[in-house]
Amino acid sequence: MSIFEIMGPAMIGPSSSHTAGAARIGRMARLLFADKIDRAVVKLHGSFADTAVGHGTDRAIIGGLLGFLPDDERLRSSFELADKQGMEFSLEEVKLREVHPNTAKIELYNEENNKKLEIVASSIGGGRIKVTEINGSPVELTGRMPTLWILHHDRPGEVGIITSILGSYKINIAFMQVYRNRKGDIGSCIIEMDHKPNEYVIKHLENSEDIIQVRYLPRI
Amino acid sequence: MEYATIEELVSLAEAAETSISEIVLQVEVEEEEITEAEIKKSMLANLKVMKDAVAYGRQNNIQTGGGLVGDEALKLGQYLTAAAESEKNNIYNKIITFALATAEVNAGMGKIVAGPTAGASGIVPAVILAIGEENDLNDQSMSEALFTAAGLGYVVSKKATLAGAAGGCQAECGVGAAMAAGAAVELRGGTPRMAADAFAMALKNMLGLVCDPVAGLVEVPCVKRNAFAAAHAYTASTMALAGIRSVIPADEVIMAMTEIGDQMPTCLKETSRGGLAVTPTALKIKEELRD
Repeated sequence: MSIFEIMGPAMIGPSSSHTAGAARIGRMARLLFADKIDRAVVKLHGSFADTAVGHGTDRAIIGGLLGFLPDDERLRSSFELADKQGMEFSLEEVKLREVHPNTAKIELYNEENNKKLEIVASSIGGGRIKVTEINGSPVELTGRMPTLWILHHDRPGEVGIITSILGSYKINIAFMQVYRNRKGDIGSCIIEMDHKPNEYVIKHLENSEDIIQVRYLPRI
Repeated sequence: MEYATIEELVSLAEAAETSISEIVLQVEVEEEEITEAEIKKSMLANLKVMKDAVAYGRQNNIQTGGGLVGDEALKLGQYLTAAAESEKNNIYNKIITFALATAEVNAGMGKIVAGPTAGASGIVPAVILAIGEENDLNDQSMSEALFTAAGLGYVVSKKATLAGAAGGCQAECGVGAAMAAGAAVELRGGTPRMAADAFAMALKNMLGLVCDPVAGLVEVPCVKRNAFAAAHAYTASTMALAGIRSVIPADEVIMAMTEIGDQMPTCLKETSRGGLAVTPTALKIKEELRD
């Protein structure tokens, strides 16, 4: 752990969990969506819902969706900036089951490409976050290391192909999670790495036969 | 080189005949594989954020989320402007003004350096910047003191907690005061051993402090508590510089803090279900804010 986690981070107040973490959740949703966000529906649960306005949780999440970092002073005026950029958004309260008290469910829509993403993410303290659900599938995504989120056809050996490609570029895998809904359906894997993959690695993965989508998520 | 206790940190500094800040810097270089120059640059950037927050908070009436605080540093500044010379130059008055300024900026969605947390972010900058202003110190020296504060806080984060929800306010403002006390000793020319004693004395006197914020906001009692804790840190540093020792060593005080935090009821650990948060006035405020 770096000492800059103690004397830092520089952030917009007032709360590392309710403001900085909230901004990171919004930004993570934006990175996962990787498309123009026409409309966002943000549902706040628990303590996030109870003290959203006082902590700027609502503004921080919308600011994160606009791509702002936790130390960006534009977080304060994110509602107005979202209007300007043509990102529609709504905020509501929700009661989710068995989640951390500081949790948000975010739905993002792109009308042109008829795309939708839904995530559930929690702010787990000190500004750290955890995405626990993507499009209904349980995951564990923290953004503390460079991460790849890959969707692929569920075929024998597919995970091996992915890890071999990474290995051939000397990228060391720190943690890896593999999910699927049904046998033979679409598999999803989340790979946290010690190193940042360059564009060639991503291209190589994207060109692989059974890989549907590759999303690179930098450390946040 | 590594350290897991305050004692180890002091021993490393003593053995190398250097300061705690230098040891903290060198360990960071080794651990994070970043150059010394880059690390120093990042800390100077933190110092800049701190200075800006103090400057803004002193001069502005800040609109906060709950509207319960916002003009304290401004009021104090106005009072001191009209006060006698001796009041103006009193370092304690500077310290509390700076701490209020930062804590208000934090409450108003302004930019601060969370250290050890956002809620306790006014303490370390207030002490370091006030000593800096008083003694005409350059940014370099003040930023070195931030390494000392960070290293001391690092040990607490490894051994105990820095979260109010886990350890109460003793883990936030208490540790913030302890970090500031140690840093102040180094900035004022004291030894690593004295810094550890100041750390221990400051933390000892804030043990048991609960986290019971009104309406769950980082406003009451948090903003004013930053000022009290900062003055407290300076007091501890003066005692340590005079050679006053802490009977209980720093690492044992951290252990005591953990034990007290574990025994502290949940209603007093950032849940706003006890203490000040459930007073009639606080409940009324909460009701009004909800509407």
